[in-house]
Amino acid sequence: MRIAIVDESASRASVIEEGLAQLPGCELFVLTERHGLLARIEEIAPDIVLIDLGNPSRDVLEEYFAVSRALARPIAMFVDESDEESIGASIDAGVSVYVVDGFAANRIRPVVDLALRRFNAFARLQADLAEAKGKLAEREAIDKAKRILMQSKGVTEPEAYAELRRAAMSSSRRIADIAEAVITAHELLGGRA
Amino acid sequence: MTEHLTIGFLPLVDACLPILAHEHGFAEEEGLALSFQRDVSWATVLDRLLYGHSDAAHLIAPLAIATTLGRGRPAQPLAAPFVLGLNGNAITFSPALADAVGAPVGALGDPRTIGAALAAAAAGGRRLRFGVVHRYSSHNYMLRYWLAASGIAPDADVEIVTVAPPFVADALESGEIDGTCVGEPWSSVAVERGVGRIVLATAQIWRRGVEKVLALRQTRLDERREAVEALIRAMRKAGAHFVKPENWETNAAILAGERYLRSDPELVLRAISDRLVLSRGTEPIHYPDFMFQHREAANFPWVSQAEWLYTQMVRWDGTPFRAEDARQAAAVFRPDVYRSALKGTGDLLPGASSKVEGSLDRPTAVTAQQGAMVLEQNSFFDGRTFDPDDLEGYLASFASG
Repeated sequence: MRIAIVDESASRASVIEEGLAQLPGCELFVLTERHGLLARIEEIAPDIVLIDLGNPSRDVLEEYFAVSRALARPIAMFVDESDEESIGASIDAGVSVYVVDGFAANRIRPVVDLALRRFNAFARLQADLAEAKGKLAEREAIDKAKRILMQSKGVTEPEAYAELRRAAMSSSRRIADIAEAVITAHELLGGRA
Repeated sequence: MTEHLTIGFLPLVDACLPILAHEHGFAEEEGLALSFQRDVSWATVLDRLLYGHSDAAHLIAPLAIATTLGRGRPAQPLAAPFVLGLNGNAITFSPALADAVGAPVGALGDPRTIGAALAAAAAGGRRLRFGVVHRYSSHNYMLRYWLAASGIAPDADVEIVTVAPPFVADALESGEIDGTCVGEPWSSVAVERGVGRIVLATAQIWRRGVEKVLALRQTRLDERREAVEALIRAMRKAGAHFVKPENWETNAAILAGERYLRSDPELVLRAISDRLVLSRGTEPIHYPDFMFQHREAANFPWVSQAEWLYTQMVRWDGTPFRAEDARQAAAVFRPDVYRSALKGTGDLLPGASSKVEGSLDRPTAVTAQQGAMVLEQNSFFDGRTFDPDDLEGYLASFASG
């Protein structure tokens, strides 16, 4: 079974590739380059194509599947109409799956299931990373707001932080949100953060 | 109680109405909270709509019809109760092709003159290649309409391929394509990079050509009917705001932002203000109604527009005309929902739900259910008219022509 993984994120593609490599009888091809994508697909002649939902080449690929005479068998999204649930699951995971016509559903299912698990695992990793980055950005906003308060009110750093915290507690908001508000107000009043 | 709707969109200027309905509080006034799902391919916008990640989507009108008819994937009935805008796309050539067809510098060309010159250019030398955003897009149908009327067979004399809007400038630069029909800001991006020249606006091909729609699954429309009607009212208010010159800069800045288009506000402003820079370094030209989002009840889903799109689908897919398909395609556009949303608001409502397209060459008063309605010129550049009572006759006229 020839499987093409089209993903501009090389790290995610390799996570999926690594997962699918466990399956017996699968030949894997990873395509991370947009340029020359259709020529590569034609060369590979895959049975299954996995492409992430965020990939800008999806419309190009679908058009190719719809009209290309280079493909011996037509490729369509998923196996059959009865498979609504697994289509929904793959959309939730962020991947679209195209399969050549006439491929047996029981051969595709394990591939799709495994791919989805890897996609979901990657998404969790990314969410963790985003959370860590978000915390960093919040840290920066709080520091900036403290500097604004120190300059405009002539207070010390601990006093500035205490003011932010008081405002947060009395309005039951997060300190980071108060800090953002201070920065915005400061900018609106013509100050430079 | 506040109702919540999620709206899918592609980063294009004509996603403006739902975005501005949210940003300026018009949605909130109607008791609606909106959130947005930005994507980079129509396939993904459609998947999210079909599998419930979004309630409604900014969608190319022909794709809503194709999905309903089951072209390219299993049929799923969609409904379009609101047209997000008319036209707003440009035909942009590589500088070499623009020169070869004698496109004027700093002015839009004449579609007949450029068409004739392009026919001559297409007859000799290598096969020219054009990029469109999707097979089922008005861009594809407008381009093909113009080419065919200029004596160029779109599938034999030239080649038409799909190119995602963000890569149009790259494709022009690398010579992958010689021209494109694409929505803003992507032609302006190509102009600024010096890799493209805008030669025509699609509004020159069909003065009032249908473009994007707000699409929903039919079942979702039924379940969320009140929220959808509230959204329609909010988008009409956003449209009134959008067309006022004093709001252009603010709206360009909002649309260009990180959450929406991630573009340069200056480029977005060009489309919004109908003032386009056609080639790098030249003065902007004013082409009125380049985008058409509000006047003349522009958002009204005329059933005749859906039927025109269906005739083009038959024409270019090479599928046989079927009366049942035509009926289903027509039923995608839902003027009944639009009317019901705006009844009693004082907003303009046409008296009819279908019209002969392309028949007006001057402002003409038409009957209205609400308000006083004058429709301006809506011609096709080749002078044809489209009578929705005779779809087969219209199709036959192309075959013999």
